[in-house]
Amino acid sequence: MEPEELLRPTPKGLYCPPAGFYIDPVRPVDLALVTHGHADHARSGNKKVIATPETLNIMAIRYGQDFAGQRSSAVFGEVMDINGVKVSWHPAGHVLGSAQISVEKDDMKIVASGDYKRRQDPTCAPFEVVQCDVFITEATFGLPVFHHPDDRDEIAKLLKSLEQFPERAHLVGAYALGKAQRVIALIRQAGYHEPIYIHGAMQQLCSYYESQNIDLGRLEPATVDGGDKAKFAGKIIIGPPSAFADKWARRFPDPVSCFASGWMRVRARTKQRGVELPLILSDHADWDELTQTIKDTNAKEVWVTHGREEALVRWCELNQIKAKPLNMVGYEDEAE
Amino acid sequence: MKAFAELLDRLILTPSRNAKLRLLVDYCRTTPDPDRGYAVAAITRDLDIMNVKPAMVRTLMEQRVDSVLFQYSYDFVGDLAETIALIWPVHGAEQMPDLKLSPVVEELRSASRSDGPKLIEKWLDQLDDQGRYALIKLITGGMRVGVSSRLMKQALGDYGGKDVTEIEELWHGLKAPYLDLFDWLDGKADKPENLAPSPFRPVMLATPTDEEELAKYTPSDYIAEWKWDGIRVQLTSQRGVTRIYSRTGDDISHSFPDLVAAVDFDGSIDGELLVGHMRNGKVGTGTFSDLQQRLNRKTISAKKQKEFPVFIRAYDLLQDGQEDLRGLPLVERRKRLELFLQHLPTERFDLSKQIEFSQWNEIAELRLNPPDPVIEGVMLKRKDSVYVPGRPKGPWFKWKRDPMLIDAVLMYAQRGHGKRSSYYSDYTFGVWSGEQDNPQLVPVGKAYFGFTDEELKQIDKYVRDNTIDRFGPVRSVRAEPQHGLVLEIAFEGLNKSSRHKSGVAMRFPRISKLRWDKPASEADWLPTLEMMLN
Repeated sequence: MEPEELLRPTPKGLYCPPAGFYIDPVRPVDLALVTHGHADHARSGNKKVIATPETLNIMAIRYGQDFAGQRSSAVFGEVMDINGVKVSWHPAGHVLGSAQISVEKDDMKIVASGDYKRRQDPTCAPFEVVQCDVFITEATFGLPVFHHPDDRDEIAKLLKSLEQFPERAHLVGAYALGKAQRVIALIRQAGYHEPIYIHGAMQQLCSYYESQNIDLGRLEPATVDGGDKAKFAGKIIIGPPSAFADKWARRFPDPVSCFASGWMRVRARTKQRGVELPLILSDHADWDELTQTIKDTNAKEVWVTHGREEALVRWCELNQIKAKPLNMVGYEDEAE
Repeated sequence: MKAFAELLDRLILTPSRNAKLRLLVDYCRTTPDPDRGYAVAAITRDLDIMNVKPAMVRTLMEQRVDSVLFQYSYDFVGDLAETIALIWPVHGAEQMPDLKLSPVVEELRSASRSDGPKLIEKWLDQLDDQGRYALIKLITGGMRVGVSSRLMKQALGDYGGKDVTEIEELWHGLKAPYLDLFDWLDGKADKPENLAPSPFRPVMLATPTDEEELAKYTPSDYIAEWKWDGIRVQLTSQRGVTRIYSRTGDDISHSFPDLVAAVDFDGSIDGELLVGHMRNGKVGTGTFSDLQQRLNRKTISAKKQKEFPVFIRAYDLLQDGQEDLRGLPLVERRKRLELFLQHLPTERFDLSKQIEFSQWNEIAELRLNPPDPVIEGVMLKRKDSVYVPGRPKGPWFKWKRDPMLIDAVLMYAQRGHGKRSSYYSDYTFGVWSGEQDNPQLVPVGKAYFGFTDEELKQIDKYVRDNTIDRFGPVRSVRAEPQHGLVLEIAFEGLNKSSRHKSGVAMRFPRISKLRWDKPASEADWLPTLEMMLN
């Protein structure tokens, strides 16, 4: 069987003709398999959704309980049969509940990895290598310039700046699902136990993470009572990056704007965003993790999607692995 | 190298002057000798090491990385030094003992050109990406981190609790890694003696004034001079070494070889550096835009030197041979200056003439009608004033010509930095041009100060309510004859500029008033500006 007979890119998303499902469809379909809860992968309006329980919960938090007509939970490791196609789910290490989806029929096994990372993350299950014939990989940071540094060093930069500028609020921009909770958990691991103030948009997701036994320490809303700006001096405030350009940011004393993102690797991007303290923290695989993962899966063929496909395809060519870009649209990760 | 690399990265991204100072002071406090001294010299560009061309580093890299992958990466990152620093295929250097800055600098000082590549390759392997970036910037001489030499000296002063002028005075006699300087700053030794010939003498500055304030002073206590629109310099020549310093103590001699060559004396002159200009068959004083032909250039062609000859209009004499004149009253120094100038070539040195007056209102009138367009106001100096560094209030005043004013229309607003990062605080404004019945706005300048915090809030709200387009941090604001915000812009002068669409460039523009009352259609037209060209 040719791999394209089992899974192929279509304008609606990756489609499996023999089973009739789509993976992470960008438009409403009858049956959607969703890798994780980020908005570009998990959308509302499908007739039926299959995903991990955490992803289903996150979708309900973001879109309301009626985000899909029907829903069904997938458990890591179990194999489900969908119209004669074997489908199994494996942790992707990207955010809480994130999964790779393995699709198998006859002698052909394809793993769609969604978004993933390889390093340890206190807020989600670690990535699991799945041997396969075709590996579908993301390429958000698919250039050899992307090498994410040690998380602990990045958090140490933040804590050092707090000491250096105790009169200034430290505003950390972080994506509301996954990144924010990971940043908080890492700050706690570094031994910082002061309250951390969070933007209203993060409240529900942080509470959900806590309900899943992920300890985030003491969190307080970043609201001002009676105009008392001074209470945020020398404190950490976490909010979505978009809120920084907003009037919201004015309630804080002389803020140091920090941004937790893999894009902070590139100085021009940091400058362009007006970031004063970049924290290079990513929930995506860096170049070495991407290439190592391709080797680990022993895939004979690699399909590359969303990101800098051409460089990863080039690397595969240099390593004698068959590869092609999928050129799918609708998966953007600028706020990563 | 780790601490140095981290410092550079933070300086690049820190907009506030005070925050930069704190970063620099903390670095000096936590970094041992001689590393900190070399870092200071690297930032002030006083480090004399072998310079390497970026192409050489690129060649090293091409032996290690696939050229196609490199090209994709370079396209994405956009900066060669950064691309190489990030792509260099060695990881795990984070775990290695930190490579110190001092051995790198010392080896680079003694290395021959042919040793260069091998050394650099070795270091690139030992550093993490941040360190590699710092190293490449160091060896290619591209250390642009938004810290002037003056700010660095201020930081050293803050660090040791000394006045910045003391550091400026010493500076040109010091050598990296400045062990004697740091010993003094740390309180472990006396102030180092300045043994260098022709050291900088920290300059005396004037405070701005107006008619109301002057009423408190007695006119006969003061002398008056024209304030010429050039740059303040100190030309010092001692023991055969001639240096031209800017008012912050930067050595700018290399831009003015013609002036240096005309020096044959022992002394130190304080004056205005101006450029000569042929006008109606006579040599007159050139405008600031003529002078700009000679500023901030590494080398200067013979043609430019001839076309734009520079000279000094002298107003003070600080040193005459062996004698330090700074403790004498101004009138005495003036007498000495007049004598001193008699022996100097007149096409390179002339005297800043005194203006006769007996009442302040005479000065006020002269100020409005100066005899030369290159005059930008008057200077008033107490006759008995001794020459002291800094800006004491009272002995010297500057009374500038009123700024030029135009009414312009707000076109674009950009988010600020630091404290202002949630405000649209940088404004591009334009004036009308084209047909009367179909006017178009053409941008003529940019300003980001001159308004109060309250006004900033009002403009910010206006920008948010009237946005018609966005490009990154910039918003395009509705600006039509029937709808737009008029800003009164004050500026110090107007130059011709081929780089700007409008053909003019403002000097020191700022917002002087928000004209909420004025319809956009009544803002000024480009020909009005063109008439103001000097």
